[in-house]
Amino acid sequence: MKIVDATANAPQYLRESSSQTAGPYVHIGLAPGAAGFKIFDQELGWDIAGPNAKGERIRVEGVVIDGTGSPVKDVLIEVWQANAEGIYARPDAPRPVEEGFRGWGRVITDFATGEWGFDTVKPGPVNPRRKMQSGVSDRVRDTHPDWLGRSDESHAPMAPHLNLWIVARGINIGLNTRMYFEDEAEANADDPVLNLIEWENRRATLIAKRSERDGKPVYRFEIRLQGEDETVFFDV
Amino acid sequence: MIPAEYYQRDRRIHPAALTPDYKTSVARSPRFSLISLQGSLSEITGPTFGHGDISPIDNDLIKNCAKDGDPVGERIIVHGRVLDENARPVPNTLVEVWQANAGGRYRHKKDTYLAPIDPNFGGCGRTLTDEDGHYFFRTVKPGAYPWRNWVNNWRPAHIHVSVFGAAFCQRLITQLYFEGDPLIPICPIVNTIPDADAIDRLTAKLDMNAAVPLDCLAYRFDIVLRGRRSTMFENRLEGN
Ligand SMILES: [Fe+3]
Repeated sequence: MKIVDATANAPQYLRESSSQTAGPYVHIGLAPGAAGFKIFDQELGWDIAGPNAKGERIRVEGVVIDGTGSPVKDVLIEVWQANAEGIYARPDAPRPVEEGFRGWGRVITDFATGEWGFDTVKPGPVNPRRKMQSGVSDRVRDTHPDWLGRSDESHAPMAPHLNLWIVARGINIGLNTRMYFEDEAEANADDPVLNLIEWENRRATLIAKRSERDGKPVYRFEIRLQGEDETVFFDV
Repeated sequence: MIPAEYYQRDRRIHPAALTPDYKTSVARSPRFSLISLQGSLSEITGPTFGHGDISPIDNDLIKNCAKDGDPVGERIIVHGRVLDENARPVPNTLVEVWQANAGGRYRHKKDTYLAPIDPNFGGCGRTLTDEDGHYFFRTVKPGAYPWRNWVNNWRPAHIHVSVFGAAFCQRLITQLYFEGDPLIPICPIVNTIPDADAIDRLTAKLDMNAAVPLDCLAYRFDIVLRGRRSTMFENRLEGN
């Protein structure tokens, strides 16, 4: 008997390669210098904002905690953020970002304590959708809904945030989350992504606490992989 | 041009967060569902890299850490293409790799396996794909190594691979395995992937046509990242 394959006429797409854990030695691959192994002349991702970035210079620190309450000491975190004007560093950005502003970085934890930290600038609010570059196109684009019925104007801007991606031994597929800023309460209250989280009490897991050290703002962000106050992770 | 969103990730071909046979995942796996987030500008953009970021020798693991000779082991080329789900090449994207040496030992202070460090081998490399999405590395084939999970677990020979793509939501870390390795089907980390075909696609195939006679064998490994949606029915002023 002939078995009819219902997908025989379906369009041919490839399938994404499956994720595998970054494993315990991710540091030698992605941050060898930070792990104490000097191989490349130029290490990638240690300077997120560069020397010319405008805006408030901040430090972000934290720890990743597992389901037993212990710090995860072999984690690697990547950051992707906009500049203080809310512009991502892309060749097709509506305005160029500051020379040397990359908006991307990576950090590993202290092997003894699990603490991590990086310096950057505080990002500005980001439009959820991109505006076009030229004036004419801009007008058309901004007022025209896309095929899902959305337009720039129908979206509140997103509150300042850092996009984080967390990998480690025991994490089978990188975890996406966002860090928002405690001192942006008003913008956070209107943020379309925070408002997507049905459980209002869980939104607080994405908000970093602000303090000062030597006159410089420090934001503390504790990421809980599991257990009480599990951080909200996104399927992006 | 407005970058479009990406196809939703098919989580069925990825490992679940909680995979008890891989013990470390038990305490490191979120218990709540992920919150599905339609791609905003924060997800559909991502960092770009250029040739100024890396050196030409970075993709040659046989030479990029050599002190007084070549590393010990089976010399191999690993090459392939980075494509998206639409089978379009992903050009100029950063591919980073790390691996154990031929004896199965990482050059990492946390690795205490008894196989020796190879003074001429670092075990990490990086490169950018070309306009057609091609990449290649030259290295030595990594050895299998034991790891603490069950009392007698051994990792199949593998190379860790990290790829960026054009958007932060395409970010992927995976592992490359070698065709014919009997340790693949019994590895708890490999078996976190629920789909046999997906495991096969992480298995590099011997590629005699890319081998260099009397020098180097070759393996072919294509990497597929998430595909970008076409923005149909939009009042477009520019091409795709
Ligand atoms: Fe490994």
